[in-house]
Amino acid sequence: MIASAIGQLAAIVATSLFILALNWMNDPKTARKGVISGVAGMLVAVLATWIQPQIIHHGWIVLAIAAGFVVGVPLSRVPLTAVPQRTALSHAFGGLAAGLVGTAEFFLGLGEGGGQLTHFRTAALTAEVILGYLTFTGSLMATGKLQEVRWIPQRPVTYPGQNFVNIGVLVIAIALGAMVTANPTAPWASQAFLAVAALSLLFGILLIIPIGGADMPTVISILNSYAGLSAVAMGFALNNKLLVTAGALDGSSGLILSIIMCRAMNRSFVNVLFGAFGQVKVGAQATGEQKSWKQETVEGAAQLLEQARLVVIIPGYGMAVAQAQHKVRELYDALTKRGITVKFAIHPVAGRMPGHMNVLLAEADIPYTALVEMDEINPEMPQADVALVLGANDVVNPAARYAKQTPIYGMPIIDADKAHTVLAVKRSKNPGFAGIDNELYVQDNTWMLFGDAKAVLGELVKQFSAGSGLH
Amino acid sequence: MIDSAVTAVAAQAAAPQPEAIDYWSMLFVFVLSTFIGLGVIRRVSRLLYTPLMSLTNAISAIAVVGSLVVTGADYPAVIRILGAVALFASMTNIVSGFLITDRMLKMFKK
Repeated sequence: MIASAIGQLAAIVATSLFILALNWMNDPKTARKGVISGVAGMLVAVLATWIQPQIIHHGWIVLAIAAGFVVGVPLSRVPLTAVPQRTALSHAFGGLAAGLVGTAEFFLGLGEGGGQLTHFRTAALTAEVILGYLTFTGSLMATGKLQEVRWIPQRPVTYPGQNFVNIGVLVIAIALGAMVTANPTAPWASQAFLAVAALSLLFGILLIIPIGGADMPTVISILNSYAGLSAVAMGFALNNKLLVTAGALDGSSGLILSIIMCRAMNRSFVNVLFGAFGQVKVGAQATGEQKSWKQETVEGAAQLLEQARLVVIIPGYGMAVAQAQHKVRELYDALTKRGITVKFAIHPVAGRMPGHMNVLLAEADIPYTALVEMDEINPEMPQADVALVLGANDVVNPAARYAKQTPIYGMPIIDADKAHTVLAVKRSKNPGFAGIDNELYVQDNTWMLFGDAKAVLGELVKQFSAGSGLH
Repeated sequence: MIDSAVTAVAAQAAAPQPEAIDYWSMLFVFVLSTFIGLGVIRRVSRLLYTPLMSLTNAISAIAVVGSLVVTGADYPAVIRILGAVALFASMTNIVSGFLITDRMLKMFKK
């Protein structure tokens, strides 16, 4: 009795602490309090569950928790450029946990004669297993793509009838789940349930195969949402309100982030998941005469920067790949020391996950007040003397404004082309993830600097330190 | 009082009956917390979306609660193995999620 009251009270306390944790994330100044609050909530939840009388075996619990620490601590120390894949991997773990608990509960119910398997509970368990397992394999695939594992192709892989196959697999899984829900104790129920699990695992893989790097911010957000929803389903199955509230908080967070990411690319959920972004639409770029790049030397670029009053740096995935954020900081220092205003224009989908660029720049000690959102920086772009594009591509491509045939049409972009001069640092002469040419690079006022972002910035910074007496 | 509680617990342990789940209040809780979630998340600083995601990741590892029960109750070993793996997975998310969130948030300076 007392234990149950403690359990209920703990659920209320933990839920409140989780809500506070998210609430404190509204400002970088209070955000760390949010972590403390979250940890406290989790501690309350775990302890209150552990003391429940039905828990009588403690050995495996201690072992599993210890193993969680052994793996979890190193995972929290990955370089920040690897944060997208760490996040995807943790979605995979979340999905796996939900799927396994759902499977365990179902077979436990069957073993006890099926008395516990009401229709409602079975429906919740089925939903939990579908969401959990598809999140598990889907997130593992996303992790593989982000980590650039060799045997997982980075580019979207498509084949004829792909959407038909994908949706078919999901529909069969849901139909089987509905059959199990209708007859939880039928002789074939356990096989059908396992088939649901297997199809969901398969669906997760199929879902991510056609998705390319540029869509990762959206996909990670959607998977985040699914991981939360699988916890909600678990809560329904176990009659546990804390699982429902915490899962719903996570689910709504993933939902909001997905919506923001989709808007930032002018695409819909359905289009992201089934549209195979990055398929080069042949013939789309054949319009207009072929202009060519103008290359600039590092010395020239340094002079341009030195004469500027406002420099806007537009970082993209290329900065992350080159781990160039610390060199960016050196350039930032060199420029601000000369009284030049430096701002960073952050596109919502720059990088491989929401907020990716902000974290990298914060790591390099760039004050967060210098990081400006797309909507706020765009009106200022015509006043910028130099726009320095750093490994960003599709998010500055003016073709998004009018080229209807391209996949990026309608996507809001950072108006780098409106700056007096554009300096673009680019790794190679290949097109970006969307597979389309970027006409910003051949504009009259654009100068290209080819090379690894870190190396190019290093050279630039050297110009400044060597030439402090330039003028 | 105590006697009746003990018999009730014993009876429960002996013959598991379907638990009465109050579906409607569960659904109610779900809808309300979704709205709270949407309201709170909408106000999160756009600078902090990456840490937000790792924080909610750690919070959704609340599946730890279900895993604990499955691992620690008097169930068949196969079931408990599934529970232990789930517990390990959730615990990994809790530990790495909170630690990396804090590590990232520390970097945001004015």
